[in-house]
Amino acid sequence: MTNIGLYFSIGIIVIGLLAILRYSLKGKDIDRRIIFLFMFITVASSLLFKMEFPEKPTLIVKKVFNKIENLPEGSRILISFDFDPAMKPEVMPMANAFVRHCMVKKHKLYIMTLWATGQALMLESIEEVLKPEFPDAVYGEDYTSLGFKAGGVGVLNVIITDFRKMYATDEHGTPLDEIPLFAEVTSAKDMDLILPIGGGAPGPKEWILFVGDPGKVPIAPGLAAVVAPLIYPYYPKQAIGLLGGVKGAAEYESELLRNYDQFKDMDTPALSMMGPQTMAHIVIIAFIIIGNITYFRKRRMNDNA
Amino acid sequence: MKRLIPVLITSIVGTVLVFSVFFPMAETWGEDFSLFFDIIAVFAFFLGGGNLVRVHLIKVLNKKGDWKFSIVTLIAFAITLTAGLFKFGSVDIAASVTAEGTWMQTIFNNIIAPLSSTMYALLAFFVASASYRAFRAKNREATILLIAAFIILLGRTPLGMFMTGWIPEWFSIAQIPNLAVWIMNGPNLAGQRAILIGVGLGVVAMSLRLILGMDRTYLGSDHD
Repeated sequence: MTNIGLYFSIGIIVIGLLAILRYSLKGKDIDRRIIFLFMFITVASSLLFKMEFPEKPTLIVKKVFNKIENLPEGSRILISFDFDPAMKPEVMPMANAFVRHCMVKKHKLYIMTLWATGQALMLESIEEVLKPEFPDAVYGEDYTSLGFKAGGVGVLNVIITDFRKMYATDEHGTPLDEIPLFAEVTSAKDMDLILPIGGGAPGPKEWILFVGDPGKVPIAPGLAAVVAPLIYPYYPKQAIGLLGGVKGAAEYESELLRNYDQFKDMDTPALSMMGPQTMAHIVIIAFIIIGNITYFRKRRMNDNA
Repeated sequence: MKRLIPVLITSIVGTVLVFSVFFPMAETWGEDFSLFFDIIAVFAFFLGGGNLVRVHLIKVLNKKGDWKFSIVTLIAFAITLTAGLFKFGSVDIAASVTAEGTWMQTIFNNIIAPLSSTMYALLAFFVASASYRAFRAKNREATILLIAAFIILLGRTPLGMFMTGWIPEWFSIAQIPNLAVWIMNGPNLAGQRAILIGVGLGVVAMSLRLILGMDRTYLGSDHD
């Protein structure tokens, strides 16, 4: 039944595109509302009928996965949720995949955010992924949360030398000295890996510039697709690898599924989103081709006239 | 005097922050200034909030264009501020402002999150429309851009591998996902690095002008 619905939707889209192509051969531009309608049908049908594709991780994503995989048990990993709800669908799957991977490898997790809006998203990941899927994890011993701190780059400039100067307590008001995870941690330099997730400022770029590079701490950012090209210059030295957009998250999820049987029933939002993304890209390509046909047709008609 | 003191503060702070990077003995001074910045940033919240209320209140009182939207802004501001300040719904005053069951969490989950996501999602429609209009093979440069866009669009989906997965491993660079990675790691990287280095040099020059007091535009009008 699901496939019938999907094929029916694809059929409608293809017929519609052919009709537009015929129209464009007359050298006429199409109304943007028609493009909006096509995008809506494409994304909605792919979501409704759960279109999914297999994923194969690229090297740049595989390097992040391998880094977490090969760190010795008990390594300290800091995850920073530097994003807002607008970016959530794109980067939250990365955050949840990182949390799962770190916890299953029994690494020590330090969670924080430089964005006020990241606080609730950080808690969401803890409450909906970490606690239910890893009920044996003990707060303060296996993971800890520093919450949100205003100041952006100023925060990074301080924690590179001393966490306690910036954070007197954790998110729950417990002094850092009373948290076992901070017993041997002075600064961000004591981390074995930092995973900043986001796409704005302060975000992954600032983590690389103000903590990773000066502190010689490996950084593997998770990024919104629009900012990924801006971080490529830091790969592979300052950033050991990176996850770019839904595609990067989907590749990471597929790698988790491939390597860990216990995750076979886990929620995979990024893999689910690749269906709509693929279909949307195809429709955009189709419209670009149609746009060019219209352009050349118009030019020829003008030349003849 | 009104301009001399801010210029002196900028020069001293700027010099100390530069020194703190290169001299270990000055490292703690840099941290202290970062902490000062954090404290000053708190006052910016008050200023920002106050300014928002002032601007929209004037608009409502004078019934300027779209003043009804300003009422919505003021009401939303008041409710969010109250929910956050008094931590309504929280069992413990020391608990996080967005802890389970708080008003703030309800506002965040039911208003801020869906509205932000909706605004961001609308981009898909505008990107499609803009691509249709902008990506035209008008000349050689535009054609190269068009081809690169095609490769990236296909490379960012499993379709790229589906179309070119048959290409043997020894020529895997021709597979669309690998071509997309090459574009990002080659031409994109070269361009981005050039921009980054240029921006870096510009920042150094601008910082020097600020530290030396040659640029005072940040103080507002150039007249004493």
